[in-house]
Amino acid sequence: MKGRRAGAVLVWAGLLVLAVWVLARARYSADLSAFLPQAPTGVQRLLVEQLRQGVASKLTIAAIEGADEKGRARISEEMTTRLRADPEFLAVENGDAAAQQRDEAFLFAHRYVLSDTVTPERFGVSGLRAAIGNTVDLLTSPEGALAKDLVPGDPTGEMMTLLDQLSRNQPPRTEYGVWVSQDGKRALLLMRTRAAGSDTDGQQHAVEAIRTAFQAALAGQHAQLVMSGPGLFAVEARASIKSEVMRLSIISSVLIVALLLLVYRSVPALLLGLVPVVSGALAGIAAVALGFGVVQGVTLGFGGTLIGEGVDYSIYLFVQSASHTDWRRSVWPTIRLGMLTSVCGFAVLLVSSFPGLAQLGMYSLTGVLAAGLATRFVLPELLPRNFRIRDLTPIGRRAARLREKASAGRAAVALIAVCAAIVLGLYRHRLWSNDLSALSPVPIAAQRLDGLLRADLGAPDVRYLVVISAPDEQSALEGAGHVGVELDGLVAADVLSGYQSPAQYLPSLAVQRQRQESLPPPDVLRARLTQALSGLPLREDRLEPFLHDAEVARTAPPLQLASLEGTSFAPLVGALLVRGDDGWRALMPLEAPVSHGYARDIDVARVRQAVSIGAPDDVTVLDLKDQANSLYSGYLAGAVRLSLAGFAAIIVLLLIALRRPSRVLRVVLPLALAVLTVAACLRLFGAPLTLLHVVGLLLIVAVGSNYALFFDKRFSSSPPDNGGAGPGATAASELTLASLLVANCTTVVAFGVLALSSVPVLHDLGETVAPGAFLALIYAALLARPLPSRSMGGAPPP
Amino acid sequence: MREIAWGAGGMAALLLLIAPVRAFAAQASQAGQAGFTLDRLMQSLAQRKQGEVKFSETDYLQILDRPVKSSGVLVYRAPDRLEKRTLTPKKESMVLEGDELTVQRGHRTYRVQLSAYPQAAALVDAVRETLAGNEAGLEKVFKVGFTGTREDWKLELVPLDKEAARKVRRVEIGGARDVIRSVEIQQADGDRSVMMLEAPTSGSGAGG
Repeated sequence: MKGRRAGAVLVWAGLLVLAVWVLARARYSADLSAFLPQAPTGVQRLLVEQLRQGVASKLTIAAIEGADEKGRARISEEMTTRLRADPEFLAVENGDAAAQQRDEAFLFAHRYVLSDTVTPERFGVSGLRAAIGNTVDLLTSPEGALAKDLVPGDPTGEMMTLLDQLSRNQPPRTEYGVWVSQDGKRALLLMRTRAAGSDTDGQQHAVEAIRTAFQAALAGQHAQLVMSGPGLFAVEARASIKSEVMRLSIISSVLIVALLLLVYRSVPALLLGLVPVVSGALAGIAAVALGFGVVQGVTLGFGGTLIGEGVDYSIYLFVQSASHTDWRRSVWPTIRLGMLTSVCGFAVLLVSSFPGLAQLGMYSLTGVLAAGLATRFVLPELLPRNFRIRDLTPIGRRAARLREKASAGRAAVALIAVCAAIVLGLYRHRLWSNDLSALSPVPIAAQRLDGLLRADLGAPDVRYLVVISAPDEQSALEGAGHVGVELDGLVAADVLSGYQSPAQYLPSLAVQRQRQESLPPPDVLRARLTQALSGLPLREDRLEPFLHDAEVARTAPPLQLASLEGTSFAPLVGALLVRGDDGWRALMPLEAPVSHGYARDIDVARVRQAVSIGAPDDVTVLDLKDQANSLYSGYLAGAVRLSLAGFAAIIVLLLIALRRPSRVLRVVLPLALAVLTVAACLRLFGAPLTLLHVVGLLLIVAVGSNYALFFDKRFSSSPPDNGGAGPGATAASELTLASLLVANCTTVVAFGVLALSSVPVLHDLGETVAPGAFLALIYAALLARPLPSRSMGGAPPP
Repeated sequence: MREIAWGAGGMAALLLLIAPVRAFAAQASQAGQAGFTLDRLMQSLAQRKQGEVKFSETDYLQILDRPVKSSGVLVYRAPDRLEKRTLTPKKESMVLEGDELTVQRGHRTYRVQLSAYPQAAALVDAVRETLAGNEAGLEKVFKVGFTGTREDWKLELVPLDKEAARKVRRVEIGGARDVIRSVEIQQADGDRSVMMLEAPTSGSGAGG
């Protein structure tokens, strides 16, 4: 017997060492991937890929406030110069004239392969005459002054056509040579990082580089830097998760240690009491590390779930073993059942496709099991021979009296339940949040600033996207070209105000060749030009540059990605034409139509219909917001189903263990009412419920079942147990009550601290479970049969 | 990109627009006044609230071997909407309303906020002050020369801003009494346009 006991301790110590070894080797991550659902297939995978590392994820907007206009412009220029030299950035734009001139020079030099009006007909006699006639009209129009200098080299107006194709969005205002906000109070910079939005380390470097550049450019002036963008959000969320997890763990540990010290008045008892928690936490993290490869920071943040439950076990052991000579037979079965119900609750989370939830499930399940086993097999062996904690009977007695007095509370519980049901009934259509941003760790203020800066910059959030998947670069570009033709039709029909396409700056080789072949050889072109000009006022001798340029364009090597180097189109094409795991993707962001100064929603069905050319899989139209939200709604519905399944599993478990449905009902009823009350209050006093609220409701059942089980057990056990009538039973009941009170306090403290978090997932979970666990205890106490009265010393009433 | 082009050419475009509209506003004023001076002319500008006048324009461009003609109407509505509506050979319009310049040509429309260009904004202010009868406003932006007699006067405007002067050499406005007959814009590269104004076709001003 002694050997077996020592064996248990040895095994435990060995497992702890193993867990620490796993922990030391584990990878930890505090990025946002725990918040992004893993999408199984097709469109969803495309969607998540875009959210994580798409075009939009690499954009950072910086704004300079304070100083005066000229000061801001100077800072903007110096920051730009500095950041452009930094390889972290693919592009840094601030509206400076030099960059714009480079872009225009590129477009002009390659106008004949870029313009989609270049066809053989256009360079026939009648085509030339029509195009040049247009140009003559243009010369006398208000735009003439702009077009005049271009005419000798470009009498057919390809450059103007090209500019039309590319500019459908209003650019930002420019003052003193740099972009400024609509009200002129901020200078604006737009940066495209090399790192994807999901590469938090890379984004952190970029953010730091921007801050450094700003500080260096300040030169004693008083100005502030404001930034926004997915990368920055990721960086800030990581920082806040890191600091919060640390802070919350410390706060809840200190509070619980203080609480236990207050109760036990004994340091050895405190240390021993932490054995199950520590075992559970180590085992939980080790299990997550082994099961998932990476431990998410938020998972550690959920540590409260474990502290709340793990501490309870040792409390039950310490407090109740005082009155139970054979603790293992009289108390442990109840703890075991409570532990198993918790395990049921956590186990369903394992199958969740939300990585954060799955990790939470794994962590808590393993942790609770380890804490329970440590309490059963290890802790008793570690207790000193004459281990005694302070007698808690007085606390229990007071609680028992309070409970007797509050017997009218049953009516109140019924009333509250009815009210809660009515509230939930009224909100039944608006109960759940359908917005993925409800889970976003980005504070509302930051989201608002982002909207403001984007509006200033005329860079609307990329919401609509046509994605073309192709086996190679050229077919992706060809696809983009074909889809572009369809989208042009939609622009003309005002379904879109415009779109971007990599093929606008880098047409496929086939298209380039076609356009080059549209240009006739020099002597043919000259002859046709002479003919076309008859009757037009344009002088042929002025058009030598045109003949020269056309010949250069006709015989030039085709444009390559490298040809774009040095223009702002290079990073743009780099973002719009990407190599994926399974081929190439061309991305075409769509711009919403504008009426009366407001962007309308895009008629996605019409876009789908228009672009449905080729195989259906090749072209996908994404509405990032809608699809992300519907994806989230799917996961929310999944979480509700999981929670119901968990609830059902708990009921089945109780039916097996307690055998009588009436007992199961007595255990489950207070839990169900606690869930009902909390859900109603959250909805009534807060926003629509999120995924984490659903999980929280499940945890109320999982954690609260312990209390209900104890109340049930106390008054249903058979005489051989110590729980029958008599003074001994009364003392035991009072001690049980005391232990439940202490255990409940630790749980409420642990989850209550989570509710203080500014990270929404932690906050939502905390604000659900903390009041829920408390209510579960109160309801269980009120709804249980009355305690055997001390004065009567009699049996419980029937 | 289109608006990038405006950055360079916006000044010229604006000058092309404002000169004739100013002229039109003067044209519309019917008050006969003795002792005609620039100051008087300016004051008469302030009185007209709305109206239309036909114009015919001839452009002399180096790149063309003969002049090109166009015609249309100028429309002014107080306090700050000015429109040049070309009807032949092609319909197009240019509207300055507040600080927004809108050019419509074919099915395309381009808008540009003039306040985005500090120099242009100064010019717009000058036009506003001029229309309000404030001579000093004009002199902030142009070197102003006023010559001739009451029956045949000439207003010569030379841009003060270097950037503007690189595009527009001078604007010459000719008239008799308070009726403007012509506006000639000479560009720095030798191109020029001459706009002849007919008699106003619609109503007398509310504020006149």
